Amino acid sequence: MASSHGAPPVFNNKVIAWIDYRLPIFSYIEKEYHTFPTPRNFNYFWNFGAIATVMLVLMIATGIVLATNYTPHATLAFDSVERIMRDVPSGWLVRYLHMTGASFFFIAVYIHIFRGLYYGSYKAPRELLWILGVVILLLMMATAFMGYVLPWGQMSFWGATVITNLFSAIPVVGDAVVTWLWGGFAIDNPTLNRFYALHYLLPFVIVAVVALHVVALHVHGSNNPLGIDPKGPQDTVPFHPYYTMKDGFGVLCFMIVYAAFVFFAPNYLGDVANYIPANPLVTPTHIVPEWYFLPFYAILRAIPDKLGGVICMFGSIAVLFVVPWLDTSRVRSCTFRPIYKWFMFVLVIVMFLLGWCGANPPEGFFVPLSRVCTVYYFFHFLILLPVLGKIERPLPLPPSIADAVLKKKAG
Amino acid sequence: MHRSFLKTFVTGTIAVAALGCGALAVAAETEVKPPEKHWHFTGPFGTYDRAAAQRGYQIYKEVCSACHSLNLLSYRNLMELGLSENQVKGLIAEIQVPDLADDGSAIDRTARLSDHFKNPFANELAAAAANGGKAPPDLSLIIKAREDGPNYVHGLMMGYVPFDKLTPEQIKEAAVTKDDNYNKYFPGHRIAMPPPLADDKVQYVDGTKATLDQEASDVVEFLAWASEPHLEARNRTGVRVILFLLAMAGLMYAVKRQVWADKH
Repeated sequence: MASSHGAPPVFNNKVIAWIDYRLPIFSYIEKEYHTFPTPRNFNYFWNFGAIATVMLVLMIATGIVLATNYTPHATLAFDSVERIMRDVPSGWLVRYLHMTGASFFFIAVYIHIFRGLYYGSYKAPRELLWILGVVILLLMMATAFMGYVLPWGQMSFWGATVITNLFSAIPVVGDAVVTWLWGGFAIDNPTLNRFYALHYLLPFVIVAVVALHVVALHVHGSNNPLGIDPKGPQDTVPFHPYYTMKDGFGVLCFMIVYAAFVFFAPNYLGDVANYIPANPLVTPTHIVPEWYFLPFYAILRAIPDKLGGVICMFGSIAVLFVVPWLDTSRVRSCTFRPIYKWFMFVLVIVMFLLGWCGANPPEGFFVPLSRVCTVYYFFHFLILLPVLGKIERPLPLPPSIADAVLKKKAG
Repeated sequence: MHRSFLKTFVTGTIAVAALGCGALAVAAETEVKPPEKHWHFTGPFGTYDRAAAQRGYQIYKEVCSACHSLNLLSYRNLMELGLSENQVKGLIAEIQVPDLADDGSAIDRTARLSDHFKNPFANELAAAAANGGKAPPDLSLIIKAREDGPNYVHGLMMGYVPFDKLTPEQIKEAAVTKDDNYNKYFPGHRIAMPPPLADDKVQYVDGTKATLDQEASDVVEFLAWASEPHLEARNRTGVRVILFLLAMAGLMYAVKRQVWADKH
């Protein structure tokens, strides 16, 4: 941990002092969440780490309550979810909080990732911090996918069919792997049971990786919109109360939008077909995953070859692991990268276009569009990022954070 | 610099998202869209029209329940439609449900409030066999299980076109014969269910004139409630939660400004 946190705290409360002498949790909280020096120039993009943490806790809390009422059995799961919706006191609230919460957890995390990409938060010395973040994203995706299967509706069942079948593309052992994943020769009760077990387990793995993510963050502290390191106390503020209060405000704003969906449009982000019980004999017209997977689903279907599609889909996440080494720029923040900045906007637009392609059947102009966007996605990371860093001339960096903040105030 | 970027980003994202949603809607319009109707239960202050839902139950009982189950509901739930316990007991007095006697033999007995709605068929195979090979869908969630559910079900009830009124193109497109049923809003148009409702199909106990539109609207009101029985509590809670969050966010913003006052 950084050594510049000042003298160790003195606790007046005897009980706290006694505990802290033996197990320094209070010193830890004091050091990491109170006096922790944090760049003074965060914009509201820096709220999304806190927001994502709140969503994770909320998902686990609502999930545990749901688990106490849910029945993981192929013939009972659908009705048990409806029992939660109808007969369990406030069950509808807990279920809608959880269901919509998954979407809003992804919204928070996607904005958090965009912020990291735009302001170069992955660059040295924060490479491991970034990699842990990508691990969290992968774990979230696995958890969300398996959670979506649990209500055992039509889209649960057929989504699980499509995704688990992807593994059959693996040469030689593919079919064996799929049988192993299913726990049988078709998606059935054993599949539901293992998905339920893992859906309950993985969130706690996420908590552990989030803890590592925070530990890694607190070694060198947060990046900031200027992407330059704090040079002294004039560049930082203590985490509390400055950022606890700002995060509190940001979390509440996010909660307003979240609550609007939970209470007034809880099914807007879902698929109507998941209110039809799973039927292995009837395939829905369009099998679509939840919205947060659509861009990756589009990449999967953009490739005419099954194995190629699977490789590209997993590759689109895997490429994020090496972003710290693909970026050759001398500066972190896009604020000082006059060319790359615009390509970041293009990447966002391409992601939306891919999502649009993923939501539609792969026919007509969606086929070429998804291919162009897929190529662009990989072009952005594999070619643009390394090449542009070499040829782009960054704008001059301000001498310090305080200097930039105070100059802006004066100007 | 980054402040203005934030603004551009947010506006841009909203624009792209709006464009995306519009385009998605366009893509979904390949099937005929049912007419939009205003429903008593839409919007953040929506509630169920109790009288309409009670009439809708009458339609379900006298018409739909001949073929369609309503498995997720119990008779006691009808009390949520503004009926008293005795009224509901009166409504179900003639319904006989299968049960086991104390000696284990199969019997039929009068339905109780705690019973689930009686299934019109003994099992799914029986339902399929009696309906040309495919069991009629359960209606408990039908409004939530269809795109634009309320308008779709209402449109479906109203959307039958007699064979002699069909154009040759419609006959060809849907491949219907005079023995089939053509419905404007059913995907593919050829539907196994014959027109279930018509003017004066039922005689409403509350004296409302039973036009086709009235019947279709009432049964949608009832089925919407069946799909989402806690909608009113959800809306009420939602308004309170949002007001609370707005107040808290305002307060938090003031605190944040106060804390940051000496820093910028």
